[in-house]
Amino acid sequence: MGTDAVVLGAGTAGMVAALRLAAAGASVLVLAEGEGGLPLAPAQIDVLGYRPQLVLDPLGELAGFLESRPDHPYQLVEAGEVGASLDWFLELSAPLGYTGSPRLNRLQPTGLGALRPTCLVPETMAAGDLSDGGSVLVVGLRGFRDFHAPLLAENLALAHPPSGAEVRARAVEVSLPGDPRDLRPQLLVRRLEERGVLAELGREIRSRLEQEDLVGVPAVLGLESSHEVWQGLQELVGRPVFEIPTPPPSQPGQRLQQHLFRALRRLGGEVRLGARAAGYRARGDRLVAVKVVTAAREVEIPADHFVLATGGIGTGGITAGPDGELREEVFGARVSRGGAPEQPLVEYMATQPLDRVGVEVDEEQRPLGGGGGALFENLWAAGAALAGAEPWREKSGEGISLATGFRAARLAGGARA
Amino acid sequence: MTELAWGAEAWSEVRASLDRCIKCTVCETACPVAAVTELFPGPKTVGPQAERFRTGGHSPDLSVDYCSGCGICSRVCPQGVRIAELNSRARSELKRERGVPLRDQLVARPGLLGRFGRPVAPLFNRAMANSLVRWAGERTIGIHRRAPVPRSTTRTFSHWVGHHAGTKSARRVVYFHGCSTQWYEPHVGQKVTAILEHNGYQVIIPKQDCCGLPLQSNGLFPAARKAVTRLARQLVPDATGDLPVISSSTSCGLMLKREAREILGADSPELRSVSARTYDIFEFLRELHQRGELRTDFKPVPLTVAYHAPCQQQNQLIGKPALEILRLIPGLRLVELDRSCCGIAGTYGVKREKYEIAMRVGKPLFTDIQAEGPDLVACDSETCRWQISAATGATSVHPLEILHRAYGGS
Repeated sequence: MGTDAVVLGAGTAGMVAALRLAAAGASVLVLAEGEGGLPLAPAQIDVLGYRPQLVLDPLGELAGFLESRPDHPYQLVEAGEVGASLDWFLELSAPLGYTGSPRLNRLQPTGLGALRPTCLVPETMAAGDLSDGGSVLVVGLRGFRDFHAPLLAENLALAHPPSGAEVRARAVEVSLPGDPRDLRPQLLVRRLEERGVLAELGREIRSRLEQEDLVGVPAVLGLESSHEVWQGLQELVGRPVFEIPTPPPSQPGQRLQQHLFRALRRLGGEVRLGARAAGYRARGDRLVAVKVVTAAREVEIPADHFVLATGGIGTGGITAGPDGELREEVFGARVSRGGAPEQPLVEYMATQPLDRVGVEVDEEQRPLGGGGGALFENLWAAGAALAGAEPWREKSGEGISLATGFRAARLAGGARA
Repeated sequence: MTELAWGAEAWSEVRASLDRCIKCTVCETACPVAAVTELFPGPKTVGPQAERFRTGGHSPDLSVDYCSGCGICSRVCPQGVRIAELNSRARSELKRERGVPLRDQLVARPGLLGRFGRPVAPLFNRAMANSLVRWAGERTIGIHRRAPVPRSTTRTFSHWVGHHAGTKSARRVVYFHGCSTQWYEPHVGQKVTAILEHNGYQVIIPKQDCCGLPLQSNGLFPAARKAVTRLARQLVPDATGDLPVISSSTSCGLMLKREAREILGADSPELRSVSARTYDIFEFLRELHQRGELRTDFKPVPLTVAYHAPCQQQNQLIGKPALEILRLIPGLRLVELDRSCCGIAGTYGVKREKYEIAMRVGKPLFTDIQAEGPDLVACDSETCRWQISAATGATSVHPLEILHRAYGGS
């Protein structure tokens, strides 16, 4: 009943490490203060989108990108392992129909109508790659406030994919049966799982179609039965339909999170939410247990291997004090600015001092202590906890989490054998 | 060691957690009530968002009353905002402002109902099974006619305790059995006692009253505070000041562990002491097993059992120890049900205006149970067991009843 591996953090990196360890036969416990970034993010898998110019072949251009970024977390991972982690993800997420290639970025519309480079997308978004242009009917739902079809369509019509092809877009707004005053996403996504509601929506969209080849809708096409809802809507409309990400909450993100949580459960692992890690116990250079705050008291959870995937400043894995002091919350690992400037810059959109903050690690992804050596021989870090990346600028977040989570599990697994 | 705050300090920590809300809406996506009704806009909307309008004791609207108090929002929040705790307070303020209906006063006092039902248990049970009586109950006091109600028993648990010889041992625990064991399911307490005695423990069962949880969830905070403080005193009889306190009721256990401190702001030396050493029965047995002290002389139990971890068990943040222990039993086919909430949330789902919501919340769970068709459903919480049985027709038991059977019990 002992735990082989404890993973701190239930975002992409933590879940990847946990799933890989569990698949290798380890008993795995994921501890997290709450749900991670998965239910908020669009569930598109970015690998590398800008360097700063637009990247078309993420794996092919990775080496060139890294030449100017000696502190980047991709430096830890060989290109082969980045590819292997993406192949593994494609296989794992086959039930959600993920598609794409790490050798070719797609250009998918954002909720504001920009074209964004990304690598892998679920089936419900697959038809939304506008690299070669297209004519899109953007469908808004009356009363759903997280999606502005006219704004989106106008911006989309201004987009210029590098192929030189034209993007045309037109917005319509349609009503669902019933009171449209305030369609909250958590209710809307379930309503569309009702056959009658979907049929009405399909008929309404079809009647508004003109010359468009594609139909873009807000990403609310069902939770548990998104495949059926998406497929059903395509049949009703008679055109390829694709989802466009909304501001949080993200329904595609929730689908992916549920999928990963269930996959881990099937492998005998457990995700324990609400359980904040508050410290640790070590013997020499070996980590023995993490301390977790339960409802009544702090308890120790012993394990052989530990993965730190608590994220960076955005998720509380690292905190910045009022005096500017940066601290990794659980182990007090050494925090680095990842090559970002020490002082704020006044230049618009420049890299700022906290943009690349994360823990510093050795070549084996082990967080460093104050002395410069690895803190513990059996603690590995992965994902946004690592210093040196600017995922929102580079469009690299999921790729880093996948590759370093994958590698952390391999290194921990190697230590197991 | 993380020091837990008590009294006014505990509440100010809860309130201060508001500032950490980044409006990410994770809580709204996980809320089982907001997913099924427009009457409840979601934990963020009625909590961190509405809280700034609640100065001077006024509530901006009544929707917080539709929060079931399952606590899932606090558990999934990545920023540590105590959403459910804040909303529980807001609900009690609302009740203070507008008054608490007679129905809520009644369901908040299981001991009162138990005492009233016991002498006439067969009659009481027949009446509760009578559709005309239930219809009248719905029309007059607002308890839904199809809502699950427990069966009263003529012999209370304390009656059994009075006749139970027990065993003497140097290893002792205090048993906090709660109201449902006392008035409705004394067999649960008997089996807890048998399991602990089988593992070499002397079980001390002091006279005890309600923990105040139903009072709290119906907004009656002063009475709830009084109840839990009294209970803590009752659970510390002579020379038991450092013994583990074992609970077989998950929500009442959580009351002692955390809610008395974080929601009620209750505080007393006995409460602090009891709170820190309260264990869920399976949490305790798992610790025994980790130390190699749990007896594993199990007989095969050739059954398919579907296990549902109730919300208030999950809110103890101890994982699913019942599953870990039941997995040790040979011959048992265990199915882990992968749903968050059965809908009942204590007394929420028995109320006329909330019954349908509770049933919609529980529907995915009920559907899974019916598809699985297990011999038994195991669930650690009594009200959830009653809800599951009423909704699915399946026989539901406390998981320790399976363990008891594996130890050779009947």
